[in-house]
Amino acid sequence: MSKMHVSASVNGEPVEFLCEPQQSLLNVLRDELNLTGTKEGCTTGDCGACSVMLDDRLVCSCLTLAAEVQGKSVGTIEGVANGDTLHPIQQALLEHAALQCGVCTPGYVVAIKALLEKNPLPSESEIRYWLAGNLCRCTGYDKIITAVQDVAQQMAKADKNAGEPA
Amino acid sequence: MGSFAYAAPDNLADALAVLEQHKNAGQRIQIFAGGTDVLVQLKAGDSEPRTFLDVKNIRETQTISLKGDSAFIGATIVCAQLYENLALKEMFPGLIESADLIGSTQIQGKATLGGNLCNASPAGDTIAALYANKAICMIAGKSGSRELPVEDFVTGVGRNALKPGEILLGLKLPKPNANTSDAYLRFIPRTEMDIAVVGAGVSITLDDEGVCVDATVAISAVAVTTLLVPEAAQALIGSSVDEVALQAAAQASSAAARPISDKRGTKEFRRKVVGVLTRRAALIAANRVKGEAE
Ligand code: FES
Ligand code: FES
Repeated sequence: MSKMHVSASVNGEPVEFLCEPQQSLLNVLRDELNLTGTKEGCTTGDCGACSVMLDDRLVCSCLTLAAEVQGKSVGTIEGVANGDTLHPIQQALLEHAALQCGVCTPGYVVAIKALLEKNPLPSESEIRYWLAGNLCRCTGYDKIITAVQDVAQQMAKADKNAGEPA
Repeated sequence: MGSFAYAAPDNLADALAVLEQHKNAGQRIQIFAGGTDVLVQLKAGDSEPRTFLDVKNIRETQTISLKGDSAFIGATIVCAQLYENLALKEMFPGLIESADLIGSTQIQGKATLGGNLCNASPAGDTIAALYANKAICMIAGKSGSRELPVEDFVTGVGRNALKPGEILLGLKLPKPNANTSDAYLRFIPRTEMDIAVVGAGVSITLDDEGVCVDATVAISAVAVTTLLVPEAAQALIGSSVDEVALQAAAQASSAAARPISDKRGTKEFRRKVVGVLTRRAALIAANRVKGEAE
């Protein structure tokens, strides 16, 4: 069976890998590139644990062929924090106790980041609809929603301050 | 048995050549768009080796064009691109809503209009809306291209009219005039993220007096394929889309349905609800026309 050679960018860095034609992006991220932050839940597009950015779209990496990302840019949870400093979204989830086992969390962080980039101050129902494809078996969702509302406010304030002359 | 392969040609001629090669060699090939159904099928038991022909890099399948009398939507345009396109949303609000109902945000970033149609689920949300809008399938093959009305394209559960060697490039939809609009409604037991138990798509044209002069009614998840219901359309045509006409259209849809009972709903339930949705979708479409005319 011939492997395919793929060049892409992952979290802003050029990356090359070999994959089977039918191998999922999720599989390659975790098993070939050692980016195990992206989680495998269902592998059928139902749980959102495997969420990544593909160019400017939020997608399930379990429903994406690794071969499809040739020439594209992939963004995973590993690209979210700034070194040891957590992203405000990660910090907010921690502060609101919006995670327990943590398996769903990387997918949530990537999905929340995509939401706030499109819609910096979403309403509660916009948040719930956007995140409807991310399942969490532990928290009961409310804490996650509250954390998103809180961090959206914080980030909007920070943006506004940054925009004002000193 | 052969082995898996993946090809993503960046032009139609190359893609057709790959299809032809496989056809001649008797090798299995599957056209691949968003992959949201294909990868699930791969895991759910159909793991036989094949070539995936990714058609997303072909310019025609990635085009949205609103020039001229008809709109063209490329087969690999994803749901999110559809509802982000305000001009399309204004022209075909029902079709765009149907695309917006499919799956999660993550699915909408990959699932395509052409994929939803080719996959030909009896419950496919965009299919009834495409029927209602009299969409034409634009198909390319080695010996030229052909056009097929969407209701002739879907031939059974998971089956379509593409012949080996052919590719669906996209859909051509006649542009609605200022007095035409559409709507799509489905019933699911929750508010999001489910498969339609019943669906109905309606397009309506009114004259300046508010009398219905043209209508198309399509119902889904109540037969092996989405169905056009000309009797329901006839019930609306000539009326002012009043309660009597709406009831008659609802009855026509219920009568045309050939549902099965399964865990999502019983026959009787589906038959009743398809009438209710027909009535409501017709009313929404008519109100949309009036809202725009005023
Ligand atoms: S692992 Fe991809 S959606 Fe569950
Ligand atoms: S924290 Fe355990 S699944 Fe969400």
